Amino acid sequence: MAEFTDDTPLRETPLAALHRELGARMVPFAGYAMPVQYPAGIVAEHLHCRAAAALFDVSHMGQAELIGQGAAAALERLTPADVQGLKPGRQRYGLLTNEAGGIEDDFMVANLGDRLFLVVNASRKQDDFDRIAAALPPGLRLARREDRALLALQGPGAAGALSSVAPEVAALPFMGIAEMTVAGAPAIVSRSGYTGEDGFEISVPDERAEEFARLLLRLPGVAPAGLGARDSLRLEAGLCLYGNDIDATTSPVEAALTWTIGKRRRMAWDFPGAGRVRQELADGPRRLRVGIRPEGRQPARARTPIHAPDGGAAIGEVTSGGFGPTLNGPMAMGYVARAHAADGTALALMVRGKALPARVVPLPFVPHRYAR
Amino acid sequence: MSELRYTKDHEWLRMDGDTATVGISDHAQNALGDVVFVDLPEIGREVAAGEPVAVVESVKAASDVYAPIAGRIVEVNSALAEDPGLVNRDPTGEGWFFRIEPRDPAEIEALMDEAAYAAFLESQA
Repeated sequence: MAEFTDDTPLRETPLAALHRELGARMVPFAGYAMPVQYPAGIVAEHLHCRAAAALFDVSHMGQAELIGQGAAAALERLTPADVQGLKPGRQRYGLLTNEAGGIEDDFMVANLGDRLFLVVNASRKQDDFDRIAAALPPGLRLARREDRALLALQGPGAAGALSSVAPEVAALPFMGIAEMTVAGAPAIVSRSGYTGEDGFEISVPDERAEEFARLLLRLPGVAPAGLGARDSLRLEAGLCLYGNDIDATTSPVEAALTWTIGKRRRMAWDFPGAGRVRQELADGPRRLRVGIRPEGRQPARARTPIHAPDGGAAIGEVTSGGFGPTLNGPMAMGYVARAHAADGTALALMVRGKALPARVVPLPFVPHRYAR
Repeated sequence: MSELRYTKDHEWLRMDGDTATVGISDHAQNALGDVVFVDLPEIGREVAAGEPVAVVESVKAASDVYAPIAGRIVEVNSALAEDPGLVNRDPTGEGWFFRIEPRDPAEIEALMDEAAYAAFLESQA
């Protein structure tokens, strides 16, 4: 993650006034002042998302449209995802890779019929969009949508709540996307999210965002949730945080994200870093991202060294770690040498000089409950 | 002398007979959020004033807890292992962390009283 000094002016999302009114605790995140929690607290917000519906402001994320003939083929020059095979009304998770086979960002790409719609990480959006724009052939245009807010409504109650004001969303399948008018606002609604629950991400014009958020918060079962709950929810769901779990040095194979590489792309090997990916798929990667469950209640945080139980040199490092409110226990993700990556392998996490026993476990920690 | 004394690191201390009970302030527990684990010191450990002796883990982060005074750790709150949420629910009561036998009782006098701590929090706001 980028570091921000005290004198860096923080940007605000269109919901800043609403967050303050709701009593949010604001923190700097990727250059923005963002709500880390509301008065209910992280655990209550997390559990509410799993039980009902939570509303997140994710307007700091980068939104853009890629417009023109051959947009999908052009984007494929920067990602191993199958973008050309993405049907209208469908969205897909993908990675932007570099020539060394590292991950520059993870992102969502959607086919809106006449254009592609992209959502990238806040901390990476400047870089990503510059790189995409620089790679475009004549006739194609990347239009950054800095004029749009992004809200996420997540949880088993999300579909019921949102469909009461936008009946069309009930028909959206998981990873489906559609443009529609919601409460008078032109919206792009996808059935996706970052919590492991059913839910939606809704892009609306900045000037409609607060009114729309207030409308959602009045619906039965909907409560606001901040970045704190967003992080514990995504970790329980086994989802990567860019800058922690994946970065410019980790490959898609090491990150256990090989599934994001299109089959066609794995025949053609025509994406940045294809050489390393191909070699790692053939010979096995040096290290692998795994789920880790510490014994007992003590969490192991990011950058905790991982050893084999019998000691010796470190065999890896925790990249995300915390306490799962739904799991009701500590959980972590990290990279370990391939020989130690099998489910059930015993590990020792070095927390403040003491070895904390742990095991490799399958991800996610909490089963996904996406719409079918 | 049973009133609470405070440090600038948001620990509180209360003399109970010959030993001092130590915990974190209501302000600190509120700032940390839901406490999920407390790492307590070993009984018998000799500690210096300002030395990190315990760790409190909330959902989002781990934070050090410092010894407000020098002395020897004589007891820890084992109830926190089962129910770390005591720190949130009753920070200056059932949510205490450890008891310490003071090396120099004069150190206690140097800590902030309730009014001084309230003024300190005000100055930090």
